[in-house]
Parts: sequence; structure tokens; C-alpha cells
Amino acid sequence: MISDRRKFILNTARAVGITAIGGFVWSAYVEEAIASPLTLRPPGALVEDDFLKACIKCGLCVEACPYDTLLLSKPGDNKPLGTPYFVPRDIPCYMCPDIPCVPVCPTGALDESSVTTDGELDINIAEMGVAVVDAHSCIAFWGIQCDACYRACPLLGEAIKIEYSQNKRTGKHAYRIPVIDADACTGCGLCEKACVTEKAAVAILPTQVALGKVGDYYIKGWDKEDEKRLENAHEIKSTTDISKRSAMDSLNDSEDLY
Amino acid sequence: MNTLWNNYRYLILRRLSQVGILVLYFGANAWGWNILLGNLSSSNLLGIVPLSDPYAALQMFAAGAVIAGDLLIGAIIVAFFYFLVGGRAFCSWVCPINMVTDFAGWLRSKLEVGKMQAKQPASRNIRYWVLALSLILSTMLGVAAFEFISPISMVHRGIVFGLGFGWAAVLIIFLFDLFVLKHGWCGHICPLGGFYSLVGKYSLLRVWHDKDNCTECMKCKAVCPERQVLHMVAVNSETVLSGECTNCGRCIEVCDDDALGFSLRGYAEKNLAKNKKMGENQ
Repeated sequence: MISDRRKFILNTARAVGITAIGGFVWSAYVEEAIASPLTLRPPGALVEDDFLKACIKCGLCVEACPYDTLLLSKPGDNKPLGTPYFVPRDIPCYMCPDIPCVPVCPTGALDESSVTTDGELDINIAEMGVAVVDAHSCIAFWGIQCDACYRACPLLGEAIKIEYSQNKRTGKHAYRIPVIDADACTGCGLCEKACVTEKAAVAILPTQVALGKVGDYYIKGWDKEDEKRLENAHEIKSTTDISKRSAMDSLNDSEDLY
Repeated sequence: MNTLWNNYRYLILRRLSQVGILVLYFGANAWGWNILLGNLSSSNLLGIVPLSDPYAALQMFAAGAVIAGDLLIGAIIVAFFYFLVGGRAFCSWVCPINMVTDFAGWLRSKLEVGKMQAKQPASRNIRYWVLALSLILSTMLGVAAFEFISPISMVHRGIVFGLGFGWAAVLIIFLFDLFVLKHGWCGHICPLGGFYSLVGKYSLLRVWHDKDNCTECMKCKAVCPERQVLHMVAVNSETVLSGECTNCGRCIEVCDDDALGFSLRGYAEKNLAKNKKMGENQ
């Protein structure tokens, strides 16, 4: 016969044990489920971490989309469950001027202020992603004339520019190369939809995935504004074997250079 | 016909309510109806009234999200509504999973699966542990943790926006309730039910029991998915006060002796006493 006290302690310990196992499995699953960086979000979406915090998965943006561009991820889609996304090669974002998907968001996961200029909705400043061209499979890089993406771009001549250079193979033709301006590109995906190759040679990637970051150590010395970034830079000192002596000595005494 | 209605009136109304709400949501997405947009996580009624799942909002708060005005208002409206009509009225009158688990429970008794193990091996308090765990995990992971695994929103979202592998969640819960644990999901595990149990703890609409009319047939206890809340049956005349009662009304309609009924909290006792007096005077 065990005492009530002992029974209580054992029962509590059992509950804590089961909770710990459940919590482990549960958190492992959620952690994996939200680590899906290749998801394209509706216009005005917060950065992915904040978006996943704020999105309540109601689908109001999906219902508001007149082109059925937006989908709500379901089990098996391998995207964070219940969150809105789009696949530009199937249906791109047609960049409605009144952006119906954003103001309906009840939680602010789609942030109206991020697609507003001077108090008016402005889809042209949306940052759903960035187009990236694969020079290997883009036939314009072969010298074949194709400007499907350039023509499809809603920001014609801004987000995709055509650069000319001489085609040395034929000697008398020009390469007409599509070049993306990541600042202007909204990531709508009309170029990806228009691309003529079997798998699109121009594809939209989420901005965070596609773009690099310079950091504070490389600046445009000719640009006074850019120089201000130096203020954030701080000294990094690395010590190796040759750091013991001055740089001059180290170079002059070096024997194995020649 | 009359007895059929009498014996199943709340069940029929509940199914109408559950299916009707689904149809309204489905119609909004499929045919552009402007009545009830969104889904059970958050929706918009008639284009004006925001409605939000207060449990989802609580998890988002725990996750550290900035709670927007519409979300907060919607969550307060919904929480207040269920505070009035009984928190777990959501479970029996709105939640689509309830139809699955009710069916599993019915089949379980028909197939006499329960005969294998008379004793229920799990505590009904698991749901409160899961509820606490969901808030802790939401804080740790920075996302609303239960919303990523909730079979309720998975199925509901699925019916409105496309199911995917969501049917697997339905099947798992069905089999779990059928073969593993009686009233397993809704009555033991679901943290949303746990949350609404707490919301409904002080709710107005309640079931009352009149011991003097009771013939101790115990049909009510047999049909109740949360039979622990009916501990007073055949013992005392009192109101069912536990928040775990889902206000499904099954006990009322199976009772042939007028010993159970809906009432507002507190009124039942008074009315019972008054009726007795009137009876004596006549």
C-alpha cells in the first residue's frame, strides 16, 4: 500500500514525464515545419519570422485574391501549415493597384504600411521576392532573341533591364541579356510565368534567400552617404604566427618568396 | 415523428449548426458569399464584425506577436459569446471534429469496443497539461504552437480551402477515439476544449437536474461525452456547473422523465422551488 503523498508525487512525476516527451515531439515538429525558407508570401508580409508569429491562418487574404494566386498551405504542401503562399509559375501576382489581400488581414501579418506611399496603397513597392536569372538556361545568353520576361514585367524597363553586348560567335549579332534590378523588382513572378524554357530560367526567390548583405566593412568610398555605414564598423583583430612582428619586417625577411 | 424530434432535437440542431457554419465559410471562398469569411481561426461576419479564436490569440501573445486591434476585438467578442452560452458550446455546436468523434463514440458503443477495457486509462486533465504546454512551446518557438498541429483548424481550413493530407488527421482521431480511448480526443486531449472549459466555467447557460423527477435510468450518463459533469444525477437537484460540460443537450433529449433541462445559471433552482410551491397550492 503506498501513501497518498507518494502517490501524488509519482503521479505528478508521470505527468511531467509524458508532458516532456509530448513537448519534445511537438516542438521538433513545429521547428521543422517553420524552417521552410523557400516560401513566397503575399505582398506586405512581415519578414518570415514575424510573419509566422502574426499570421493566424484565417485565409482572408486568399479569399480576397481575385486571381486565385494565393493558396493556403495544406498538409502535404511542405510549407508552414495554413499560411498563405503563391507559386508564380502557376499563377503569379498580378499586382492589383488596390491590393485587396492586404487590408483584410486581421493581425497585421500583412502590413499595410509597407505597401503604402504618401497615404495611398502602392503595389509597386511590394517586396514579395526577387527574380533571379539562371544564365546557363536562359536562351538570351546563347544569343537567341527572347525578351519574354522583359515584356511581361509590370515595371517595364525598371525591374528587368536589357543589356546589349556583342555576340563574338557570329560577329554580327548582339546578346540581349536580361538584368534584374533587385531594388525595383517586387517579386510578382510575371517573368517566371512568361519564361519560355521548360523550367523557368528566371525564378522568384524570397528576398531573404536571394539577396546578400555587404556588412559594414566594404563601402563605396566615392559616395558620401554610403561612408556613414563605417560608423557601425568596429575593429576586428585576428592574430596569426606572423603577427608577432611588424608587417614590414615580416615581408622583408621572408625567404621563401622567390 | 414527434418522439424522434423529441429524442434528437438538440442533436439535429447541432448538426445543422455545425454543417451550416461550414457551408457559410465554404460559400464565402467558393462562391464569394459575403456572410462569414475566413475560417474558425479568424473570420469576418457580414463584412463588419471581426471574429477570432481567443485561444489562437493567446498563443500568439505567448509567442510574442504584436496583437493587432481587429484580432483583439474579435477574440474578445468570441470569448464573451462563449462565456455566455457555455465555453464548450463551441465543441458541440461549431467544431467540425465533433461530428467525427461523435460518430467514433457511437460506433464504439455499437461494436462494444469498450468491453475490452472498462477502465479508462487516461485522465481527463491531460487537456489542461496540453494547454499549458502549448503556451510554453509558443513562447519557446516564437509561433502559435498548437495552430501548427491542430486537427481542428486543419480539417476546417481543409474543407474551406482544400484538404491535402488533412483527411489523415480525421482518420487518426477517428481510430483513436474508436479503438484506443473513449472520447479520447475531445474529452481528454484537445487543448482548445480545455481552454473553452475554463472560459465556460462561469457561463450563464447551464443544464440543471431535478432529482425528484429522476428515475435513475442513467441514460443521460450513458450518452454524455463528459459524464463526470453529471455527478449529481440521482443524487441531488442542482445545476451542472463544470466548464467541461459541452452544452450539447444529449442528456436532456434522452431523458424521458423531465429531470434535465437548459436554464440560466441560478434560475433553475429558483424555478424548481417555485414550481413545487405552486404544485402544493393547487
